[in-house]
Amino acid sequence: MSASLRRTPLYDRHLEAGAKIVDFAGWEMPVQYSGVREEHLAVRSSCGIFDVSHMGEIETSGPGAADLLQRLLSNDVTKLAIGGAQYSVLCRQDGGVLDDLFTYRLGADRFLTVTNASNHERDLAWFREHAAGHTGVTVADAIDSWAMLAVQGPIAREIAQAIADGPLPERMTCASGRLAGAEVLVCGTGYTGEEGVELLCPPEDAPSLWDALVARGAHPAGLGARDTLRMEVCFHLYGNDLMVDRGPIEAGLGWCCREDTGFIGSDAVAAVRASGPAERLVAFEIDGPGIARQGNPVAGGGEVTSGTLSPCLGAGIGMAYVPAEQAAPGTRLDIDVRGKMRPAVVKQKPLYRKGS
Amino acid sequence: MAQASYPEDLLYHSEHDWARIEDDGAHAVLGITWYAQDSLGEVVFFDPPEVGLTVKKDEPYTEVESVKAVSDVIAPLSGEVVEVNSALGENPAMINEDPYGEGWLVKISLADPAEREQLLDAAAYRASLSG
Repeated sequence: MSASLRRTPLYDRHLEAGAKIVDFAGWEMPVQYSGVREEHLAVRSSCGIFDVSHMGEIETSGPGAADLLQRLLSNDVTKLAIGGAQYSVLCRQDGGVLDDLFTYRLGADRFLTVTNASNHERDLAWFREHAAGHTGVTVADAIDSWAMLAVQGPIAREIAQAIADGPLPERMTCASGRLAGAEVLVCGTGYTGEEGVELLCPPEDAPSLWDALVARGAHPAGLGARDTLRMEVCFHLYGNDLMVDRGPIEAGLGWCCREDTGFIGSDAVAAVRASGPAERLVAFEIDGPGIARQGNPVAGGGEVTSGTLSPCLGAGIGMAYVPAEQAAPGTRLDIDVRGKMRPAVVKQKPLYRKGS
Repeated sequence: MAQASYPEDLLYHSEHDWARIEDDGAHAVLGITWYAQDSLGEVVFFDPPEVGLTVKKDEPYTEVESVKAVSDVIAPLSGEVVEVNSALGENPAMINEDPYGEGWLVKISLADPAEREQLLDAAAYRASLSG
């Protein structure tokens, strides 16, 4: 592989665990260890551990930090308490989505925003460009300061708790704590639809933290399982389901947009919300054999943006943008899977629910 | 199977396909190699081609799908499909577990038995992998 690819501090751990390594957004990342299906099921039934250190971080601080973020992020940042977590999108003036982000409020004037690896540089430039017009705010690239592990599954919190010096923060909150001797920002968030935590730690502490969690039964899981898990619960992936030429309302992310805050793009988002979008992102399940993939056209208009075989449902599933009048659950779709028409049904999100 | 294996009695195509010429010299069974299935990961879907399909050496004739991706399968020899492994519809993982046995894909009647001269033997294929 090219020498310009980056490695996380856990690269050697991945090789030792038998990972297949792929280039993902400029990083050499584990796509799978024992197998996507087995790792997927481990997360659904017990606990998986993912290295997501390729994700970027931007720290926004200073007395003007909250004002800047209120202008940049679609959600209402004034509602984000210290020790809280908030999901939002970053929009252009025309409402097109630049990224989807979790922001953690570490203090009154200190925020940490987690970016998608493929968008980090663009997000950072966007933050800096707009910070120039605000006083009392510093935007810092924190990507080299943090490694990130996601520990997910029904016993994930139990496993993380066993090595923590205090109680773990609840869902959608964050707190600093010591885990296996490392100073860790523990976040009650995730991308799998399971209970669990995401752990941000100094890169040099990541290997010992990984080892401690694996020793207690966390099953290494790669980006392949991360993708199938998030698809079952219909979480968006930037570059698949979110892109600059579509807005958050079309994507079903109106719930994290508060146009009255005046964020960049809010006028465009408000207009689409008022008139109703021409197309909507729906979840679907293939009726019969076949697996739809990103880019497959939907008959009558639209396209698949994510698709896989669901390990839990045993069927081809995915998400697609379709004309708004075809978006109601129960609507039948025909998807052109490389020349074969595969019947599918629009389903309620999420496709997979605990216990189903 | 967990360990790399390339049986001596097969012929190989550089695009990671194998052919087993039947005793009659007029038919061949085709499949994908250990290397191909290992690169692909767990095969979760195989939609066999129709019996009667004409396949052309070096060109894709069907697809195998893992959770992550779809891969074209290249024909190592030309001919017409006379039989397909329909058991793979129910159990595509046989392509991983037994790529040279239960995981065979199709049987063809050969259009040009001389084409086999262009295929690799096990040693040459193995060498191509390490290159």
